Amino acid sequence: MAGHTITEKILARASRSEVVRPGQIVDGSVDLLYMHEMLAMALLPFNEIGTLKVWDPSKIVVTLDHWVPPPTPEIAKMHQTIREFCRTQGIQRFHDVGDHGIVHQLIAERGYAQPWDLVIGSDSHTNMVGAVGAFAAGIGATDTAAVMATGRLWLRVPETLRVDIHGRLSERTGAKDVILKVIGTTGDDGARYAAVEFTGPTVKAFPMNERFVLCNMTTEMGAKVGMIEADQVTKEYLAHAGRPFREIRSDEDAAFARTFTIDVDGMGPQVACPSNPANLKPVEEVEGTKIDVAFLGSCTNARIEDLRIAAGLLKGEKVARGVRFQITPASQNIYRQALKEGLIEIFMDAGATFTSSTCGPCFGGHMGTLAGDEVCISSTNRNYPGRMGSPQAQVYLASPWTVTASAIHGEIRDPRKV
Amino acid sequence: MIHQFRGPVWTFGDDISTDHIISGKYLGTTDSKAFAAHAFEAVDPTWAKKVKAGDLIVAGDNFGCGSSREQAPIALKTLGVSAILANSFARIFFRNAINLGFPVLECPGLRRKVNAGDVLEVDMARGEVRLPSGEITRFNALPPNVLEILEAGGLVAKIRAELSPKSS
Repeated sequence: MAGHTITEKILARASRSEVVRPGQIVDGSVDLLYMHEMLAMALLPFNEIGTLKVWDPSKIVVTLDHWVPPPTPEIAKMHQTIREFCRTQGIQRFHDVGDHGIVHQLIAERGYAQPWDLVIGSDSHTNMVGAVGAFAAGIGATDTAAVMATGRLWLRVPETLRVDIHGRLSERTGAKDVILKVIGTTGDDGARYAAVEFTGPTVKAFPMNERFVLCNMTTEMGAKVGMIEADQVTKEYLAHAGRPFREIRSDEDAAFARTFTIDVDGMGPQVACPSNPANLKPVEEVEGTKIDVAFLGSCTNARIEDLRIAAGLLKGEKVARGVRFQITPASQNIYRQALKEGLIEIFMDAGATFTSSTCGPCFGGHMGTLAGDEVCISSTNRNYPGRMGSPQAQVYLASPWTVTASAIHGEIRDPRKV
Repeated sequence: MIHQFRGPVWTFGDDISTDHIISGKYLGTTDSKAFAAHAFEAVDPTWAKKVKAGDLIVAGDNFGCGSSREQAPIALKTLGVSAILANSFARIFFRNAINLGFPVLECPGLRRKVNAGDVLEVDMARGEVRLPSGEITRFNALPPNVLEILEAGGLVAKIRAELSPKSS
């Protein structure tokens, strides 16, 4: 009998089953439930279920991220409701405005998710957290309410698609370019309902910040979860957050539904063109496209390493006239680190604008939305019509390197040429 | 759960995302009617005014991809759309709709057989869709646990029934 994938191992443990196989429906015991403002939407069904108390406040993390700080009185009220709920329910790990971050980044950097965990998040990009060797899946408001009330969630055990990545990337090319290439290869539903596991020497060589990028955008392949085996790199990352570690990997004879082998040797920067994340072109083919806005932010690419890339290119340079370049870190911790390292001053000297951490611009909510005739290059994850503002706006998805190089030149630019 | 639907069809293509269905800028509330008022605005700004209770949606591959926002199926259900038939659905949208007791049916190949305005008949018990020509197409049977949620009228009703004393 074949061995097991990471997914099968975690779901067997979480459902107290000896063995689970793809297609089976299991009742999973949730190790960590995390939420952002969707908690306000989940309160309606939660109150209808009527358990009054959450199943275990110590297994819940809540932060505010979509609308920070609140742009309308109604949203300020929503935040109040969430704050009050966390207080009355005894949810200690509530990260209020001031201690906030985009929830996936906050979960990662505080070490709240560990290998072997069944993690459920109220957001589609929960997949990101699977980079630590967890099974981390996103759900909607009613499922969130169900987990809050019962601590359990039914899950269909997904098939695992292996994405095996080989080769040494070109200069100024990274995990964002790799995942755009993968999505361009599989399509934006190429992994629908499936687990995606990244393997191969290119992945093993990536530090955690890059591994998070890969798993983050498995959402744009339609995947239920994305993951990478927990190894020495994971261990060191979690040790930094003061968290325990237990190795997990798929067995050598595990049954993968399919393996995509992607050779990225010598591959340069990639760009997803309007208006689908799978609409892929190498940067050379879109160079010269005029832009109005450049955005470096979101759970996908706004970690300190991404900000250092931007600062490295911007030092001594200016953002092109007529272009607004907005940089929004993924958490308060990253903000503080950028401040310590002098990055914010470099951004300001170059004429970029630096904001507090929020999801706002990525989902077209607030703090930097696009007009109908604007063209934007963005380090975010989706570019469907209306994603970042007007349905007529054009959004190109790219790496922090490409976004910053384009901001300086006012047009899409290959970062290897600046 | 209603077992039969009959209604005219609104057609959509492939990869219709939650951003198409309800834009992020309208999510700063918990009012279902506010979501409904802006449904499919990115595709047709007047759609929410034109759609009628009992209408059906037929779409291509990967309907509802993108965000986990349950406001997307809430908007369509609030407008009275009785069911969505698509070649395939994105996973979170599918779960969210079922949890609301909103029928979402995978019917591979249906999209190319249907034109906007066609009147379809959907028979949940038989798993059939009848086209205006009289042709009958089958949709994929829902897994038993998913059907249970739908039959209960949604996940909240199902959990309430499970938590309540058996005597009731």
